Amino acid sequence: MMLLAIDLGMVIEKLILIVVVVSASLVIAMYTTFAERKVAAILQDRRGPNRAGPFGLLQPLADGLKLFFKEEIIPAFSSKTLFILGPALAMITAVMTSAVIPWGDHVELFGRNINLQIADINIGILYVFGVVSLGVYGIMIGAWASNNKFSLLGGLRAASQIISYELAMGISLIALLMVTGTLSLKEMVVQQQAGHWNVIYQPLGFLIFLICAFAECNRTPFDLPEAENELIGGYHTEYSSMKLGFYLFSEYINMFISSVIMATLFFGGYDMPFVNEVNLSPNIAALVGIAALMAKVICFIFLFMWVRWTIPRFRYDQLMHLGWRILIPLALFNMLATGGVILYFSK
Amino acid sequence: MQALTNKAKQVSRKPMSFMERMYLPAIFKGMMITFSHIFKKKPTINYPEKKRPFSPVFRGLQILNRDEEGRENCTACGLCAVACPAEAITMEAAERQVGEEHLYKEEKYAAKYEINMLRCIFCGLCEDACPKDAIYLSETFTPADYQRKQFIYDKNDLLIPHPKENPDAYSKALGNRPKRESVN
Repeated sequence: MMLLAIDLGMVIEKLILIVVVVSASLVIAMYTTFAERKVAAILQDRRGPNRAGPFGLLQPLADGLKLFFKEEIIPAFSSKTLFILGPALAMITAVMTSAVIPWGDHVELFGRNINLQIADINIGILYVFGVVSLGVYGIMIGAWASNNKFSLLGGLRAASQIISYELAMGISLIALLMVTGTLSLKEMVVQQQAGHWNVIYQPLGFLIFLICAFAECNRTPFDLPEAENELIGGYHTEYSSMKLGFYLFSEYINMFISSVIMATLFFGGYDMPFVNEVNLSPNIAALVGIAALMAKVICFIFLFMWVRWTIPRFRYDQLMHLGWRILIPLALFNMLATGGVILYFSK
Repeated sequence: MQALTNKAKQVSRKPMSFMERMYLPAIFKGMMITFSHIFKKKPTINYPEKKRPFSPVFRGLQILNRDEEGRENCTACGLCAVACPAEAITMEAAERQVGEEHLYKEEKYAAKYEINMLRCIFCGLCEDACPKDAIYLSETFTPADYQRKQFIYDKNDLLIPHPKENPDAYSKALGNRPKRESVN
């Protein structure tokens, strides 16, 4: 009975955490769409959306409302189940990744120690990888179900792109894992809090990871699956209304999550530099940690947008060339060099 | 072949050096350029809140003028209609009756005066042709409308507000139009 009572408390605690994390990432994704338009405008000497609400802050709400009220068209020759499954899957996998991310240390509320991580599993980073590569199924299924050649081409491109860049990403990560010696994201952050950020040990690994993250998020310069001017929207050509919204939204959630993961893996997660968290009370330390993580994430999201509005799209053969003939050998070299250095110092 | 200008540049076919093939320096350079645009002044004017001033020679919507006592200047001579290259102006003349001296300046006036704003090209030749300073082009646009027939402006739409009965609207419609020497 006692055991059950404790379990119930934890279940409630985790449920609240899940709701908070999922809604927070949805809201952040919403405002990332706004930020994207604003950043694009500022980089191009324009003003950007400024009509809906003060400074245009209600623009994402207006966009969402518009998407909900649009007519929903399912093409007559599409496979209906798959057509609906596609965007749903893209959205679910995008949100699922947030489960293993340590958003902060713990808070003490009502005499309970609440860990600010939904699931501290010891293979956290593998879980992230698994779910992220599932994400492409949403795109592929939707593209296949559309029964449209442009969609199919977009889906094909998405699939081959994910395969090509997942490899380099994985190998660059192996080098990082050799340095940290753990797969748990929480432990990685704790290590970085005590020592230095991993980016100091793995600059090349970080660069490869960053490039691959751009490719995995289908962001420019690797946005070939949706290439507007060659594939008229690629995999979401046939989509309308909120299903299209789901695809676009999942892209922004992916961007947010991959920013969080890069911050966690290479930039100390919720670690605030030059502040010793041990001296602070746990609740304040947690708040400081969340703020630090969000600041890092905002920097990364800005980087995503900055790159998007600077670099033109790669040609398809250039994409494959970069993935297979540059990034993978580079990542292999990085892994080898890291292993050598670790061996040398452990002797 | 002789080049027409000296602007043509020979394309370099040299193979790229290692630094160029790394792309990253060039990408970084490009990103610095876009970053510098954050601090540039935006040329956009927030339109409905802020309006760009028109130049004094701007040719906008026509206005039928009155004199200081509020009498219509137009004598329906038809010179504006003749001058109009778009044939947008039609009018009907009428004779001033006794007791109408406060309405019309001279013995003949325009009973009907219409400009088809869909035909008008805002060239301003009507203003140039007018011997009585009765029509001029103001500094406003023709407002949008949903029906074609709404674009045929009659005297109600064109006449300037009465300077005595409605002095505020009159001075607003007059704007900062330079005073013409009176023609009589």
